Amino acid sequence: MDRRTTIKWLIAARAAWPLRGLASVASRPASAADGYGTDPDLLRPYVPGELWPLCLTARQKELAALLSDVIIPADERSPSASQVGVVSYIDEWVSAPYSEQQQDRVVILQGLAWIDAESVRVFGRPFAVIAADERQRLCDRICDTTTAAPVDADAARFFARYRELTAGAFYSTAAGRRDLNYIGNVPMTSFPPPPPELLRSLDLL
Amino acid sequence: MPFVTPESMRGPYDVIVVGSGAGGGQAAYTLSMEGARVLMLEAGRRYVPESETPMFQTPDQAPLFGEGTSDKPFGFYDATVDGGWQVPGEPYVSDVPAAHEFRWWRARMLGGRTNHWGRISLRNGPYDFKPFTRDGHGFDWPIAYEDVAPYYDKVEMLIGVYGSNEGLENTPNSPAGCLLPPPAPLVSDLMIQKHAKALGIPTVPAHRAVLTRKLDADSIPARLHPGNPAAQRILATAMRERGACLWATACGRGCSVRANYQSPTVHLPPALATGRLDVGTDAMVHEVTLGRDGKARGVSFIDRRTGREHSVRARAVILAASACESARIMLNSKSAQFPNGLANSSGLVGRYIMDTVGSSVEGQIPKLESLPPLNEDGADGHALYMPWWLYGEQKAGRLPFARGYHIEIGSGRRLPGFGTPASLQWLSPGAYGARLKQDLRRYYGSLVSFDGRGEMIPNERSYCEIDPTVKDRWGIPVLRFHWDWSDHERLQAVHMQRTFAEVIEAMGGRLRRPIETDGAKAISRGGEIIHEVGGAIMGSEARRSVTNAWGQTWDVANLFVADGAVFASNADKNPTLTIMALAWRTADHVLERMRRKEL
Repeated sequence: MDRRTTIKWLIAARAAWPLRGLASVASRPASAADGYGTDPDLLRPYVPGELWPLCLTARQKELAALLSDVIIPADERSPSASQVGVVSYIDEWVSAPYSEQQQDRVVILQGLAWIDAESVRVFGRPFAVIAADERQRLCDRICDTTTAAPVDADAARFFARYRELTAGAFYSTAAGRRDLNYIGNVPMTSFPPPPPELLRSLDLL
Repeated sequence: MPFVTPESMRGPYDVIVVGSGAGGGQAAYTLSMEGARVLMLEAGRRYVPESETPMFQTPDQAPLFGEGTSDKPFGFYDATVDGGWQVPGEPYVSDVPAAHEFRWWRARMLGGRTNHWGRISLRNGPYDFKPFTRDGHGFDWPIAYEDVAPYYDKVEMLIGVYGSNEGLENTPNSPAGCLLPPPAPLVSDLMIQKHAKALGIPTVPAHRAVLTRKLDADSIPARLHPGNPAAQRILATAMRERGACLWATACGRGCSVRANYQSPTVHLPPALATGRLDVGTDAMVHEVTLGRDGKARGVSFIDRRTGREHSVRARAVILAASACESARIMLNSKSAQFPNGLANSSGLVGRYIMDTVGSSVEGQIPKLESLPPLNEDGADGHALYMPWWLYGEQKAGRLPFARGYHIEIGSGRRLPGFGTPASLQWLSPGAYGARLKQDLRRYYGSLVSFDGRGEMIPNERSYCEIDPTVKDRWGIPVLRFHWDWSDHERLQAVHMQRTFAEVIEAMGGRLRRPIETDGAKAISRGGEIIHEVGGAIMGSEARRSVTNAWGQTWDVANLFVADGAVFASNADKNPTLTIMALAWRTADHVLERMRRKEL
């Protein structure tokens, strides 16, 4: 990356944090008039983007995918967050017309901008192109709101919420249910009690 | 032609029933099965659980993972239609700040809140009808447990309630043949039971209106409708159409196989099959009309589809619009004879609104970590519960609050969703990446939570009245709520906190957060538990109550109240089963008086 690009990123970093420059994000009306209403069809499946327009840019989605996979990486038991479409779910969430989601929208968009800008500030390159261990160093700074440095407090709050969104989305999918060995939500003719050997091992029989 | 429009209504009817939930459904069922011609008016839309219930849909199929929004506050798949803490265009007014706020959950759909309720179906005990006699607080009911017991029996047989008879104090047994077998408890239930027992707390099968097996259609109808073969045939058919529990998918969504109780799948099909029940939906009743003879002539309602006002007549009117909505209708029914609202000569319509005390504690139990995968959907939780166990302590004056609570258990490997990782994050602060995945596998299913549900004593500061200025979109004046708990409730909530922490710690668990020892912070907000009752309490004196022991208003002989409004106290037992038992009893009384030509 040349020096001119780096300077552009530094400027972006200052603009993105704190709230300055984000008025357009927050000014979206908080009314839920554009929501699904109080009597939606509950039977059909919905996909992100059909109820309200999605707002993430291509660049934000790329960054979101990278960060989601830092939080939920693929392993031997299940795929990564982005592999099950978490980014489009997050896009649906931050684009929604409801007040809670509108507040998240501000936090998430600011946070994504911050993480890229902070990557540039610390490593000289945006988040997409730094090495895995550099990403981890950056995330380690902000992964715990109780231990993050005061200067990173807002970023830590962003990370905490982004983790809730990413993990919440992942474990809402079939892949997430399989990962947790959830085997319910199937009709059965009877409901068996716990196996006696398990109860004995727990001193409950 | 059971579903009618204002134009096709065939008045005058024998009885108009306002509301289609637990009270209205039961009243309309009993009346039509025993020969009366009934018009049921429901403010919301027609609702067909068999074809509208989202069975087995997963969070990823819903917008926003099915999380609650202002449109669907209990989540996308919650059965509630056009309702929640707010109904569009139908505001209410409440005191601020939060300690005095009352929240009012409404639905605008056939069956009302019976479509999404928790199905917990507990009988009041003998003490619960005579609380004033027992401890000097609140009011006695004009009836005793023995008056209601036969109706509890009948309602349990009709709707299907699982549970067991444990012979515990003020926790009545049911006669043989009333209860269905309870579902198997989960591992976590049994662990809780073991450690609670060591603390002196009994943990026994819960009672819920869920069919753990199909109802006995061969023998129940004859017990419920003796000497009425037509009613028996109709009920037997309706019972055979109901499926047993599928052991999956949350009851709060409703049930397309009719395995749990909701009015549109249990009360209304047989009632409609009699041909004597007409149902008018989208009919917003706002007034009981009064004749020159001082009797109710019928009701006026607004057709929500057209905005036009209509009136319909009947020999008797039964209000079952929900406690506060029934009070609202009475208060809005003003006349020269009743300038302060119909049947309100006592000035007590809208008074003594009670909710249930709620408080909860959550913890994590290491012994429940990383257990082998089991299907723990069960009957949607609530296999076991803890009934109030300290009657003796209370009687002896050793507790700083007068009334008890029961405990509901939350635990098990429930359907994962958006909130699952967030609920476990406190166990692995800062975790992300491979460690986060591993921690979630370890901790998923190891949480337990306890929800206390306690009795509130009626007080003078908790009531509703008509707001002097605010009207809803139909021009109907709205309710203004006033709310206050007393120390009896606040201290009870603190006792819940301490007790739940003791159980969690006895299990070797850790608390998610420190318990709350300030009662004002430990207690739920008014209305939040959605057990509001009172507002037209029954009593033995006209000047101290709104209705008599039959739910008949003292002032207007052919006006009855058959919902939670008549409750003179609000025991810790969830009110729905008692609403149905009293509605059946009131309907029997109306039928008897009609046979005697007194109505």
